[in-house]
Amino acid sequence: MIRIAVASGKGGTGKTTVATSLALLLARECSVHFLDCDVEAPNGALFLRPVIDVTGQVTRPVPVVDESVCDHCGDCSAFCRFHALATTARRVLVFPEICHGCGGCALVCPRGAVSETPRSIGQIAEGSAGAIRFTQGLLNAGETATVHLIRAVRRRESAVDVAIVDSAPGTSCPVVAAVEGADWVVLVTEPTPFGLNDLGLAVEMTRSLGLRTGVVINRDGLGDDRIDRFCASAGIPIIGRIADDRRVAEAYSRGDLPLFSLPSFRAEIEAIADYLAAEVLV
Amino acid sequence: MKEIVVLSGKGGTGKTSLTAVFASLMSKAVLVDCDVDAANLHLLLNPLVEERHDFAGGAKARVDTTACDGCGLCIEGCRFEAIRLNGIAAVDPLHCEGCGICARICPVGAVSLESRVCGQWFLSRTRNGPMFHARLAPGQDNSGKLVSTLRQSARALANQIGAAWILVDGPPGAGCPVISSLTGADYVVMVTEPTLSGSSDLQRAVAVADHFRVPTGIIINKADINPEIAGRIEEYAAATGRDVLGRICYDPAFTRAQLSGSSVLQAASADLRLSLESAWRAVERAVQKERSPFAVIQ
Repeated sequence: MIRIAVASGKGGTGKTTVATSLALLLARECSVHFLDCDVEAPNGALFLRPVIDVTGQVTRPVPVVDESVCDHCGDCSAFCRFHALATTARRVLVFPEICHGCGGCALVCPRGAVSETPRSIGQIAEGSAGAIRFTQGLLNAGETATVHLIRAVRRRESAVDVAIVDSAPGTSCPVVAAVEGADWVVLVTEPTPFGLNDLGLAVEMTRSLGLRTGVVINRDGLGDDRIDRFCASAGIPIIGRIADDRRVAEAYSRGDLPLFSLPSFRAEIEAIADYLAAEVLV
Repeated sequence: MKEIVVLSGKGGTGKTSLTAVFASLMSKAVLVDCDVDAANLHLLLNPLVEERHDFAGGAKARVDTTACDGCGLCIEGCRFEAIRLNGIAAVDPLHCEGCGICARICPVGAVSLESRVCGQWFLSRTRNGPMFHARLAPGQDNSGKLVSTLRQSARALANQIGAAWILVDGPPGAGCPVISSLTGADYVVMVTEPTLSGSSDLQRAVAVADHFRVPTGIIINKADINPEIAGRIEEYAAATGRDVLGRICYDPAFTRAQLSGSSVLQAASADLRLSLESAWRAVERAVQKERSPFAVIQ
């Protein structure tokens, strides 16, 4: 089993294009599970168009205070480092949206007045897109437990030849949660100052996690050679290039992947798949 | 003083480029880059850093290896799978949320919580006014807390110098740092693009703004990439009572300006310049309009 995570640093560089195209291409030869871990803004389904057969809520435990037992001693709110509880003279206020669900309040309550109840943070949808197994997470509006939901999506990973994880942009905890444990991280970037700046941060992140990393330069030709120079000096392999082509952008806008209609694009994705195959799929 | 936040849902739609354009069109503004884990506004505005502060994130558990006897009770208590037993307890900082259960449970007092520096934030001078920005160390959590620190500092400075505007360049997505960027702001400008994903992510970000009751207007960037979807976004805006503040065509001038380190307005054609200026005027009008309910009551 090989796990490939697709991340980027900068948003809008083509993570989902690369991840879904790789999934479609690889699914012709082996079993593939596509896990959309960009749970704040998942887009894999727009391109893979899966038939969803299971959906389920992902929950987190949040406290419920039994006011008939509570004596407002304040131990629970003093323990909570997330300020999810506040004790007043007459009652305990609970702010479930900032609760991390650690269970500390229930643990420390001397009167056993705190119990826990599940609260939905988002949902998981699962199905198949042709031969591809598909799972995505979708965070509820106003919810902050992104990492918790990403881990729930990743626990759904099935025993396949290749798992492809599509990550959120950025370099902070949701990205770490998506790429952790991957055999390879593919960082998709573009040859612009923004692309380079955020690629540098993303490489710092994957290196601190000890993950093997390669770079795909999307919209190649749009800017200059600054990504090539960076990768050469940092010793990061460039595992593919996708030319700046308005036809790709227009197909993308409609939710179409030009994998089977645009031979040049297909060849570019095949080159990435070949590189990964030579490195990890053997 | 009015605080405007630029968001998008989807990344790469042009938030930062448009923020920089607005910054050069507005007067008496304090600028804030709240995309703290992949900040880019500084690349367009060449800030001169005047203040530098360490940012301490949330606490993480630390095990005193001389005191731990390897009983494993902390592992049972931890709900985040953040502790493993290698003879003695070892904390995985990537999973630790700093709740303190382990420290509470440990019978020999071997676990403590320590907060550590996980980023820096800056106050800088730019040609368009003071700017607050930050750098969260890659892989760290608590980006929401860092965003709040930036906005609070910006607000204090804006009050002090009598600024007319706070302009916030927000992060992509619809989660924790987005919530921290928009709560309590006066107006959100959503920059979207006419793609299925742009439109889908736009609606998710709008749902977050609605949840926190911050009014939103929409700018359709790269509007000519797919006129049909651009039309559908306009229908969505009309159906949900939101202003379309601007339609901007795809233009290589944005990339050219980035590459040469100059302002988009300087690199722009007359047409592009006009559509950018008209978008900013529409934002100004929309923000003023948000006051109107009170005017009616008078």
